[in-house]
Amino acid sequence: MGQYQWNWGIILEEVYGTGEYYYQWLITGLGWTVATALSAWVIALILGSLIGTVRTMPNKWLAGLATAYVELFRNIPLIVQLFLWFFVLPEVLPEQMGTWMKQDMPMPEFITAVIGLGLFTSARVAEQVRTGIMALPRGQRYAGQALGFTLGQTYRYVLLPMAFRIVIPPLTSEFMNVFKNSAVALAIGVTELTFQMRQITGEYAPGNPIEVMTMVSVIYLIMAFSVNRLMAFIERRTQVPGYISGGSK
Amino acid sequence: MQKSLILSAAVAAVFAGGAHAEELTGTLKKINDTGIITVGHRESSIPFSYLDDKQKPVGYAMDLCHQVVAAVKKKLNKPSLVVKLVPVTSQTRIPLMVNGTIDMECGSTTNSKERQKQVGFSYSYYVTAVRMAAKASAGIKTLDDLNGKPVVTTTGTTSDRYIKQNEQGKAIDVKNVYGKDHAESFLMVDTGRAAAFVMDDILLASLIANSRNPKDFAIVGPALSVEPYGIMLRKDDPQFKKVADDTLAAIFKSGQINTIYNKWFMTPIPPKNININLPMSDKLKEAIKTPTDVGI
Repeated sequence: MGQYQWNWGIILEEVYGTGEYYYQWLITGLGWTVATALSAWVIALILGSLIGTVRTMPNKWLAGLATAYVELFRNIPLIVQLFLWFFVLPEVLPEQMGTWMKQDMPMPEFITAVIGLGLFTSARVAEQVRTGIMALPRGQRYAGQALGFTLGQTYRYVLLPMAFRIVIPPLTSEFMNVFKNSAVALAIGVTELTFQMRQITGEYAPGNPIEVMTMVSVIYLIMAFSVNRLMAFIERRTQVPGYISGGSK
Repeated sequence: MQKSLILSAAVAAVFAGGAHAEELTGTLKKINDTGIITVGHRESSIPFSYLDDKQKPVGYAMDLCHQVVAAVKKKLNKPSLVVKLVPVTSQTRIPLMVNGTIDMECGSTTNSKERQKQVGFSYSYYVTAVRMAAKASAGIKTLDDLNGKPVVTTTGTTSDRYIKQNEQGKAIDVKNVYGKDHAESFLMVDTGRAAAFVMDDILLASLIANSRNPKDFAIVGPALSVEPYGIMLRKDDPQFKKVADDTLAAIFKSGQINTIYNKWFMTPIPPKNININLPMSDKLKEAIKTPTDVGI
């Protein structure tokens, strides 16, 4: 039987006919992956905290609206959402705006991916923030109000500081997920890490797909694990002695 | 020495009254020992190798491969040989060939020098040219017309390389954008996100034939690259390769290839009964007249 010709040095080789090297492609891809994931995470964290908080507010209308937002964005598959933003939205907008989105918007793939991934993740973050707030004993809310705090102050000084500490472990998972989910952005043409992997293993260096796929997997592993360690560090630094969120030591 | 002579005589006697003058090696030996030949096929490489409305792999390459299988049955004198069909993708076809899962791959695989480091190829049965599809109304005729415009290619293909190479020395600057698959790349041209789609002409022709208004699109520009397709085989496996090559050569010589070509390229084909309508190119006629397995 045939023997697979292993060549781990493949990424150090020059891409025939371009003057570029495969490792440069992977580094470019890594750059876009990190940029997409971090930008999306900023959107997700800000919007998610806001929506999650609103879901626990006494005002039924606002809470209902926030619930609708969460259900909308977490019940549609991420890849479908990206398609909707990228292909469908420009067609249903007024023609001038649609044409602008398709032809003049700077970095259309990247911006669409960041917004799509950010909104999708924000729905998930919102649920976690809501869980954190609901996990607090009702007495804390009453205590805040008894001290004469307004609703805003009660959230700002009493509820949210503890709620965020409680949800650091699930937020860690979500932060790691945003890096892994960013691979879906290749579906609309963001030249991120998985895109570069498919590019190399497709027609450019079709002889050694296993090596390239393995290396890309290891890069994702390292990225996600770094996020994991960073969040563990934050968890340790912010823990309140004697409180439940003592977590990992 | 004498012992081995006796042994090989005995072995020869076992095999159906000396039907083989030579000892079986490589893939043929494997097929003979297991009684199974495994054919790798594609699921959406229209019209080469794809699933029809009954989820059965059909196509131009499949028709040719069935004849190779028939030749193997005849050579091994095993009419009841089991034919196993295994779907492959452009990412899995080489690992599955090298690790022994499939014995031959019938799809739309370019015979390239790069691939020849891992696998072998039969004679080429198709020659494709890389060209552009654009809106017929856009007035795009050459690469120069694409200056400053977005041009889409499909992830995992090398079309963007040909644009880069053709850009060199000219004052044109093209913005490369990427579709996840051919259908999506074509959608980018359809919706106006890209001015042109650079790809193998046969794939462009079948995408256009399947679109809502085929007249809205045109295949334009020069051939940026010419690529031969072959049946992918195991590397350094001359006995099996000879069966495949001889079968193809016979089909080419007898003119039967014209019938098979017309069936898939010039008449309506399943699943949607659409006619791709792409006459045989001069390059392919050449490859049929003088069979070759030289890669690019």
